[in-house]
Amino acid sequence: MNEYNFAYLDEQTKRMIRRAILKGLAVPGYQVPFASREMPMPYGWGTGGVQVSAATLTPDDTFKVIDQGADDTTNAISIRKFFEKTAGVQVTEKTSDATVIQTRHRIPETELSEDQILVYQVPIPEPLRFLEPSEVETRKMHALEEYGLMHVKLYEDISRHGAIATSYAYPVKVEGRYVMDPSPIPKFDNPKMEMAAIQLFGAGREQRIYALPPFTKVVSLDFDDYPFEASKADHSCEICGASHTYLDEVIVDDDGNRIFVCSDTDYCATHASKPQEAAE
Amino acid sequence: MKIQTLTGGFSDPSTDGARAFRVIMNAVARPGRIGHLTGATPPSPMSIAAGTLLLTLCDPDTPIAVVGTLDTDAIRGWITFHTGAPIVDPDAADYVFGKWAEVKDLKNLKKGEAQYPDRSATVVVELDSLVNQGAILTGPGIHTSLELSLPELELFQQNSASFPLGLDFIFCCNTQIAGLPRSTKIQEAL
Repeated sequence: MNEYNFAYLDEQTKRMIRRAILKGLAVPGYQVPFASREMPMPYGWGTGGVQVSAATLTPDDTFKVIDQGADDTTNAISIRKFFEKTAGVQVTEKTSDATVIQTRHRIPETELSEDQILVYQVPIPEPLRFLEPSEVETRKMHALEEYGLMHVKLYEDISRHGAIATSYAYPVKVEGRYVMDPSPIPKFDNPKMEMAAIQLFGAGREQRIYALPPFTKVVSLDFDDYPFEASKADHSCEICGASHTYLDEVIVDDDGNRIFVCSDTDYCATHASKPQEAAE
Repeated sequence: MKIQTLTGGFSDPSTDGARAFRVIMNAVARPGRIGHLTGATPPSPMSIAAGTLLLTLCDPDTPIAVVGTLDTDAIRGWITFHTGAPIVDPDAADYVFGKWAEVKDLKNLKKGEAQYPDRSATVVVELDSLVNQGAILTGPGIHTSLELSLPELELFQQNSASFPLGLDFIFCCNTQIAGLPRSTKIQEAL
């Protein structure tokens, strides 16, 4: 690890990211611009999350990376190895053993404690971007707290589909002020965002960092007559039998037969050994 | 140049800085909770916690103001040698260091802009004591509520009322550190 500065980035870059993280924590849900660096991986592979992790890690940390709940995908393994090599940190697949968890599009099933930090990889940090392409305009909308457009979008969902069809990256309002994109986590995970851990969000290509301090009020947008629902596939996990976890649908043979399994591989593996408990 | 200017920095900037940042981040993310921040030894009367924060966050990109009793040649020299941060007037500074009596009357500190609330000053306040007793804090980062010995009430209440604009405070006392970002709501002690 002598070839690299601790955690790859140079000190001045880390200080810049650290200052952005602190301002993000002071104004929860507000997207702080930062001077994102090129990382040795393509945009869209977690360059924002990696930069936030690099600025957050200490040599004493135990690091875990998940990609849609799984520890064993190419992306998760590569990022884990990257910090193993450049920061010399311990790595783990066990959620409860990790002190810093970088995630792509899931919140672990195991409840996080106050000693943990969850770092999200964010592709498009601006929740209004698909409704208003101009950054100048969306910035004004945030400043004026003008979020009517987002409610129109959810209303159009209802008028077209009979229900709010948005199933991931479901917009939330933070402490009654900023509307925030929770990154493309399934809306099943939205209620978990009021947690004891610090949550940091990094968008590398879009050059934004935002944050949620522990126990920040996070409300999924909805209507009185169409309340928010944290939905999941109506099945149990084929492997561990859990009925309360978020499930992936997997096609298992050429006839198109499919099973549902936990998306959180660590949770599934832990509970497959004691299926009784998981089914409760 | 005095030897004091050259000493008192981090022994290993990258890992000392990383550990210090985690303490600072916890202080800002969990307002009112008192942490311990060590690593640097600035010239007195700057506290160890404030000096460590300065080395962790400040560099040539961050204009700094040191006011009142902290504005000495020794401290200016130490900051310049260790960080290269430009020392400016308080109204242009990203980070302001001073004792409460000396910073509380400062007008025109950067409070951010409606479209960029992050362009605001962080005020690092030196206090004589810091205990979890006094004003009641609630808001993001605080599960129910928490008490902290704030030196005053009204100014902090006004600051949090201007959310999302406003100043972010970090209190330092010797090696102790506690945060009070603008998002925290403050009530009088019962």
